[in-house]
Amino acid sequence: MKKVIEGSMAVALAVKACRPHVISAYPITPQTHIVENLSQMVADGELKSEFVNVESEFSAASVILGASATGARAYSTTTAQGLLLMTEVLFNIAGLRLPVSLTCANRAISAPINIWCDHQDAMTVRDSGWIQLYAEDCQEAADMQLQAFKIGENPEIMLPVMVNMDGFILTHAFEPIELLDQKMADEYLPPYKPEIFLTTKNPVTFGILAEPQYYAESRYRLEEAIKASKPVIEEAASEFKRIFGRYSGGLVDKYKLDGAKTALVGMGSVVGTMREVVDEMNSHGQKSGLLKIRTYRPFPKEAIYDALKDVDNIIVMEKAISLGLGGILLNELKSIFQGKKKQPRISGFIIGLGGRDIPTQSIINAVKKVESETIEDEFIDLRTELIGAGK
Amino acid sequence: MPKTQTKSTKPEGITVKPGSSKEYKTGSWRSKKPIFKHDKCNDCRICVMVCPDGVIFGEDKKYWADMDFCKGCGICAEECPVKDIDMELEVR
Repeated sequence: MKKVIEGSMAVALAVKACRPHVISAYPITPQTHIVENLSQMVADGELKSEFVNVESEFSAASVILGASATGARAYSTTTAQGLLLMTEVLFNIAGLRLPVSLTCANRAISAPINIWCDHQDAMTVRDSGWIQLYAEDCQEAADMQLQAFKIGENPEIMLPVMVNMDGFILTHAFEPIELLDQKMADEYLPPYKPEIFLTTKNPVTFGILAEPQYYAESRYRLEEAIKASKPVIEEAASEFKRIFGRYSGGLVDKYKLDGAKTALVGMGSVVGTMREVVDEMNSHGQKSGLLKIRTYRPFPKEAIYDALKDVDNIIVMEKAISLGLGGILLNELKSIFQGKKKQPRISGFIIGLGGRDIPTQSIINAVKKVESETIEDEFIDLRTELIGAGK
Repeated sequence: MPKTQTKSTKPEGITVKPGSSKEYKTGSWRSKKPIFKHDKCNDCRICVMVCPDGVIFGEDKKYWADMDFCKGCGICAEECPVKDIDMELEVR
């Protein structure tokens, strides 16, 4: 059944379909309607979850860590500064191999204070050991939520999964959403049964000290596990399609890349705008395609190389920056082509920071610029009068 | 790809049996050790109370530290009101 609902409600309903035992969140700024909707569902008795209101995101993350260690399916959601306040706990959750899930409504990081969309929050915690999925629209964000627990709870993976959806652009957008049927959701996502968990019947210690002779092996195993999640992420998407009839997951999504000379690369909602640009370019005879990166961690190197190995020109557009380096995705993507025979021209643009609109014309202009030269880390649509440059 | 491939990526080494910190002797971290002189001790038991590791024991003006766990922080010597505890360089 399709219904026009807000992105945050679509995610809240998807979380409800996952039957989490524990939900914990900091209820006020920065937060989204996801938490508001979930707490209402719990209060109304529609959702049988323990809802734990806490005084900070650090505590919210700690609550889901503890809950998950007892064998509960646990969920939280946050955004921007809230995600950064969780940072230390995020690393612990991954290190303890606890398959919690979190929706991050991607927003800019202070200073200056800005509550609008970009990807700086989630991309800043990219090294935490969490699997990171990025949704293009609200339907994907909802569908990925079910897949998140499916992937994370796989006994060979046992890792936390962050579903990223663009703040405001998706969280506050009303879209026709195919609601997740509870019976189908139950078939897709059976109850969580971990092999090791905290119980008085078989006491164990979580959160141990590992001296130099143990620590490296522990981190090695973590790296092996997150790399091993690549086929599991694809399987979770295929299984989802088998039950729900939609493919809304996986590592990457290719659009018109067969025979393309130019490829645009992006993540999140801007991919929709990029798709329009690709259509327009093709209508003018410019053979171009699009690569949507759905799974950012683990970084799907093989899938990206496979998709882009035949193009001449790659243009990465990203909503985050590693200050002092430049585009994060750009540099990671360039590393894939290191030592390969065919070297495409790889350019990168920083776009849409702090909620700046990205019209199709801006992308078209950027594509035109790199026809003759390689451009790295150029900010699109900078207002020159505000930076004291270029007359 | 790494040269060593593990057969399974299941979590291992994440948990240990409970109470294992008792078996983890932290005394080797010590660079100085407390010497209880048993000379001017007034039985105030301040050393027992301030020890961060809770490893000072004794009664009747005879106190001692469990050297398997004493990290040699020196708080007992610093806080002893009659200066009956000295800190000496640990020689191994």
